Amino acid sequence: MHPKRKQRLLIISVLVGGVGLTSALVLNALNENINLFYPPDQIVAGLAPVDQRIRAGGIVVDGSVFREIGSMSVSFLISDLDGHDVPVTFEGILPNLFGEGQGIVATGRLGADGVFVASEVLAKHDENYMPTELAAMQGRKPPMGNQVNSEPGASY
Amino acid sequence: MKYIPDGLRRLWHRMGSPRWFFETTGSWVPWLGGAAALLIAVGTVWGLAFAPPDYLQGDSFRIIYIHVPAAYLAQAGYILMAVCGVILLVWRMKLADMVMTAVAPIGAAFTFLALATGSIWGKPTWGTYWIWDARITSVLILLFLYLGIIGLRRAIERPEAAGRACAILAIVGVINIPIIKYSVDWWMTLHQPATFSITAAPAMPPIMWVPLLLNVLGFNLLFAVAVIQGTRTEVLVRERRTRWVNDLCLRETA
Repeated sequence: MHPKRKQRLLIISVLVGGVGLTSALVLNALNENINLFYPPDQIVAGLAPVDQRIRAGGIVVDGSVFREIGSMSVSFLISDLDGHDVPVTFEGILPNLFGEGQGIVATGRLGADGVFVASEVLAKHDENYMPTELAAMQGRKPPMGNQVNSEPGASY
Repeated sequence: MKYIPDGLRRLWHRMGSPRWFFETTGSWVPWLGGAAALLIAVGTVWGLAFAPPDYLQGDSFRIIYIHVPAAYLAQAGYILMAVCGVILLVWRMKLADMVMTAVAPIGAAFTFLALATGSIWGKPTWGTYWIWDARITSVLILLFLYLGIIGLRRAIERPEAAGRACAILAIVGVINIPIIKYSVDWWMTLHQPATFSITAAPAMPPIMWVPLLLNVLGFNLLFAVAVIQGTRTEVLVRERRTRWVNDLCLRETA
């Protein structure tokens, strides 16, 4: 290659390398702020700030969703499926994809008692797609949305 | 450079000629455009009307037939622009600058389409139109990079200086592409990780991904046609004072 072109290519490589390194360092330093939510293990370990507006994310534990009769209050556990559970309470309309075994991201405040009081619940969709018939054959539950279980012992 | 075959080297040198590009690609456009229209029509009708609904999302999942190809080309377009930037800066090939000029608005349009379809899908799926997670924010930065390059070119009067400035911005901005790609793995985001990868089977049955594949191919061709047409226009505009363009105009108007 022509020496002049080689030199220009070298300058560009150094430029890209420098900008890449800078971005890597900046993103690494901002890591905590780029994460959208705190996972259950960090909340259980006390790494999430108490009584500040934060987001918590996890999988809704099977059989943990209970709704108070005659109100919009609902409570459930979110888990990382690795032994860390965080209780969440919420008053309002849940997204359609909300359901047991589904991922969610909740905005709210973590109380000193370890209960996360959510003001907004968003459903997190995973990367898997499946036709309805196939899901039914495998016994997968459709999303429950706002049709959640009543209080334990209540009749349907 | 010694080991590059002669044919390839000749092609490289010919590609430096905007006139060669204009005359060669003219006959490609209807074929590429026709194939793009056919693939997108079949893929879209299949995806929207015949693919089965998703067991969780119902029919709203069908937006992937537009969202995924648009998001993929938004990033591929940016990489193309950065490669053209390197060719312009190192080899001073004018055609690379013309391609770069043509790609910017097309890439911006695909990026906007990806953001808009994602937002429309986000409301019924997540429960919100917008969230500042790493994936969505980095794609918004991609849109701003495209708009920045369009603006920068218009702000600088001398074409050579404008081309070089845009090339540098395009090359520096390419750092954003791996950030977009890996944002869903590096950080906790609301956006899901990739359904498709080179190393693993898709997390989706063929009855759902075959129409998506058709649309991805179709969008690729559509992108190619748009870039070729845009570049051809750019060739005529920049070479308007040359003899061959004047002859061409005389022939066309005669």
